[in-house]
Amino acid sequence: MSSSTNAAASRSVAGLSGESIIRQINSSGIEFVVSVPDITTSDGLLRPLAKGAGPRLIRICKEDEGVAICAGLAYTGKRGLLLIQQTGLLDSINAVRGVAVEYSLPICMMVGLLEKEVGIMPRESKRYGVRIVEPILDAMGIGYHNIEQESDVVKIRPAIDAAFKDSKPTVILIGQRPS
Amino acid sequence: MMDRKECLKAIARQVNDADIVLPVYSTAFDWIDIRPSPLNYLSHGAMGLASSHALGLALGRPDKRVIVLDGDGSLLMNLGTLVTLAEAAPKNLYHFVMENGTYEANGGHPIPGRGAVSFAGLARSAGHKNVYEFADLKVFEQQAGAILAETGPVFLCLKIVSSGEQERDYSRLHGPHVRKAFRDALGAG
Repeated sequence: MSSSTNAAASRSVAGLSGESIIRQINSSGIEFVVSVPDITTSDGLLRPLAKGAGPRLIRICKEDEGVAICAGLAYTGKRGLLLIQQTGLLDSINAVRGVAVEYSLPICMMVGLLEKEVGIMPRESKRYGVRIVEPILDAMGIGYHNIEQESDVVKIRPAIDAAFKDSKPTVILIGQRPS
Repeated sequence: MMDRKECLKAIARQVNDADIVLPVYSTAFDWIDIRPSPLNYLSHGAMGLASSHALGLALGRPDKRVIVLDGDGSLLMNLGTLVTLAEAAPKNLYHFVMENGTYEANGGHPIPGRGAVSFAGLARSAGHKNVYEFADLKVFEQQAGAILAETGPVFLCLKIVSSGEQERDYSRLHGPHVRKAFRDALGAG
């Protein structure tokens, strides 16, 4: 892609609060957060969750494990949230394909977008590893929600509720580091 | 080395109706004939993930025993699961690995490290405390019940050989009716 194609105008966006994201997670009935650390969400989300600010934290070695753990939880009626980086999402595409999409299971993935520029929509990013994420999700038929500023946070609970109501995967893209 | 079907029969004698069992690939085809049950969890979506599905089930239903009948090739594809399971430490999870040294369902090619890798050793190094390895059927039969009565997580490596040709109808593992039956059975108790 040429640089001119990538010359997307930066929007002015407000900050993002980890506390309010965790409130959404808690209010949506998530009982387990399953995670490989992600630098975007490390301080604002994972650290407070590790200190007991919400659901039980299950630390995993690789993201595809988490897809299957959330599937097993879903069968038991428990809600899990997979908290990862987009690199892990890309690494787990076969598991997401087989477990989440083909079996139509409510796998909820909160995905930090490593190196995404604040104020730039993911598909307009100069970073190849960022701008391919939405087209890949489109190709897989997976719905996603961009969370980049505080006013976006209210989308989280409805996204999780809809995933479980419809038994479909959903991806919540975190576009900047929450405070 | 133990014959796989005989080994599975020994396990089945210790499994009760309420237990969830997750067998993979060639083991799954033998298992569903030996212990037909809607609480067999057969649809894993991607190779290597059975033990991870099992962790989710074990966390969500601590009242039930969750028994994984993994393959050695499958475990190699998800070795981190040994560490994850050891740390999460579900008391109701039993992770068997049926070691035959091959990717039996994919043409019988040898696994990397065949005969050199110690799966029990890997499990111990990953932090598992209750680790067993069996190559003798009589010894395994004598101990299986007591091991499945232990507090989990438990890891067992069973050195086996194939019981011979199988008819592999994958719709018996991945069909939507299989998942619905499991969901209904789990929801019912």
